[in-house]
Amino acid sequence: MAIYLTKESTVLVQGMTGGEGMKHTRRMLTAGTNVVGGVNPRKAGRTVDFDVPQCLKGLGGAPRAVPVFGSVADGMRATGADVTVVFVPPAFAKAAVVEAADAGIGLAVVITEGIPVHDSVAFTAYAEAKGTRIVGPNCPGLITPGQSNAGIIPADITKPGRIGLVSKSGTLTYQLMYELRDIGFSTCVGIGGDPVVGTTHIDCLAAFQDDPDTELIVLIGEIGGDAEERAAAYIREHVTKPVVGYIAGFTAPEGKTMGHAGAIVSGSSGTAAAKKEALEAVGVSVGSTPTETAKLVLARLEGR
Amino acid sequence: MDLYEHQARELFEEHGISVPRAEVTDSPKEAREIARRLGGRVVVKAQVKTGGRGKAGGVRLAADPAAAELTARQILGMDIKGHTVGRAMLAQPVDIENEFYVSYVLDRAAGRFLAIASAEGGMEIEEVAATRPEAVARIPVDPAEGVTSARAAEIADAAGLPPQAVDVLVRLWQVLVREDALLVEVNPLVRTKEGRILALDGKVALDDNARFRQARWGADDTGHDDPLEAAAAAKGLNYVKLDGEVGIIGNGAGLVMSTLDVVAGCGARPANFLDIGGGAGAQVMADGLSVILSDPAVKSVFVNVFGGITACDAVADGIVQALETVRLTKPLVVRLDGNNAARGRAVLDEHAHPLVQQVTTMDGAAARAAELATTA
Repeated sequence: MAIYLTKESTVLVQGMTGGEGMKHTRRMLTAGTNVVGGVNPRKAGRTVDFDVPQCLKGLGGAPRAVPVFGSVADGMRATGADVTVVFVPPAFAKAAVVEAADAGIGLAVVITEGIPVHDSVAFTAYAEAKGTRIVGPNCPGLITPGQSNAGIIPADITKPGRIGLVSKSGTLTYQLMYELRDIGFSTCVGIGGDPVVGTTHIDCLAAFQDDPDTELIVLIGEIGGDAEERAAAYIREHVTKPVVGYIAGFTAPEGKTMGHAGAIVSGSSGTAAAKKEALEAVGVSVGSTPTETAKLVLARLEGR
Repeated sequence: MDLYEHQARELFEEHGISVPRAEVTDSPKEAREIARRLGGRVVVKAQVKTGGRGKAGGVRLAADPAAAELTARQILGMDIKGHTVGRAMLAQPVDIENEFYVSYVLDRAAGRFLAIASAEGGMEIEEVAATRPEAVARIPVDPAEGVTSARAAEIADAAGLPPQAVDVLVRLWQVLVREDALLVEVNPLVRTKEGRILALDGKVALDDNARFRQARWGADDTGHDDPLEAAAAAKGLNYVKLDGEVGIIGNGAGLVMSTLDVVAGCGARPANFLDIGGGAGAQVMADGLSVILSDPAVKSVFVNVFGGITACDAVADGIVQALETVRLTKPLVVRLDGNNAARGRAVLDEHAHPLVQQVTTMDGAAARAAELATTA
């Protein structure tokens, strides 16, 4: 078990034939991901050869010829894919996600950075109505170590284990994955730092709470919005597993003000201190540095 | 990017929302001419991207063109919360009967835009929202449907706005969508003694991610008042100047924010935020170092890189190459961890630059950089 992504997952890559798409498809294959196709209407019918290190054959990796399909629907029909990873440029990302949702895919992982917020609002609402889960946008994706990697998270810095991790930040995720590599992770989800994201901290908390392979949850947040405060309220009501948190941005400069309206909506200052306080109030141990956070995880696991 | 009031006013007018007659100037002499054109009596309003300008004396009534020139002379160049007033807008005064509040703003938690409206507009809307939330209507907007006349009527009704506000609500939504705005706010929306509905003051924040399809509000305003920020922006660096003495370079926004916190926790102040991204190559490292070293407040520099997709040996090669083009004048503390950490550290050890020292942990390296900065 794990959340959202397992070794059974079959993965399409939208934008596979671009520079980033090629580089990361190879990395995904190397990590054992079952990448079954790329999507590019102008290159449909071709195949792309990926040179995947032999040593990982046991994990499903091997030199692979990956077919390119003209649409997500074609790719799903031919391969039964249930996950898509989106690398297409910002201007085309909305159309790509809508296409994937129309095809009925279960999970769309949107790596693309710099998508206009109006587009994200539109495609997250659209996907929700169609029953497609979105992770991202502007995120590193998610990894279930030893099973599958959908996105750009380095797979070789950690191993399978019993910690579930959800984070707004990419490199902080990697830092914690690395610090806790001896214990390992069930699934790590980088939900992305954009103002509007498809999958939230709360979605991941709920999934980790229900995942028998996850013993402890690490939650990484940063300044802005009130997602961490909402996560704290959710933890109080619904999460019985231990949660360890880390918040970045205590000394970061204030972001641009959103006028009167911003403060009215969030009902919170969005500061790191407010988030830490909200999490600690519901029993979450919050580290003051990433390393201290890793130590808190070890202490909580030993205390069980 | 936030727009100035006069830019917001222009957008409202283009989309058919009534606004008072007004013109913008940076010259007191021209202010006199404008006042004459507008009928003599005018309101002179400082154009700054911050709130509280009324209280700071940045909004004043002038009785005639001569007074308008004098007032413009006083307001231009004024400092309002650290913002220097470069331009003033002169507007025809309005006889106000009622003041309302309307806005569309992104509700991050819901992932939707939210209409906010109140029959009690004016300066104190935040206080109204806090003390009497029932006086402020909040209605989420379905992105597929948008704000139709029916929806606008619902919003106006919930907030107790007059029927003429329905049209404003529809047009304001068009401003939000067509301009890729994250916030459009009219405060106050007024009903004049003659019964007209006018947008008296407005605020618009645009989405920087949408610049590729919104060429209009281009390079004339990058928002970098600070020369170091401007220099960094010219090199394409994601740099923010802060008031400290430890220069910071890291990869990934979250890790850099975390680095600032850890340095601050060691009793020193970070001099900047600089995220060089996942690649952390030689060129971006050299560009980053040169910007940071040109900051006279910097006493030490902390390079904090986690080697993920780009492994530590590649990052170390980048640092060595950068040091060939940038003359190091301050001590540099490097923490490399992650993939190929041992090889990366060996590369730097071999290079043996007298001002470069390595500490293997992030907390330890931050403490070292802080110590170097505070004892220097």
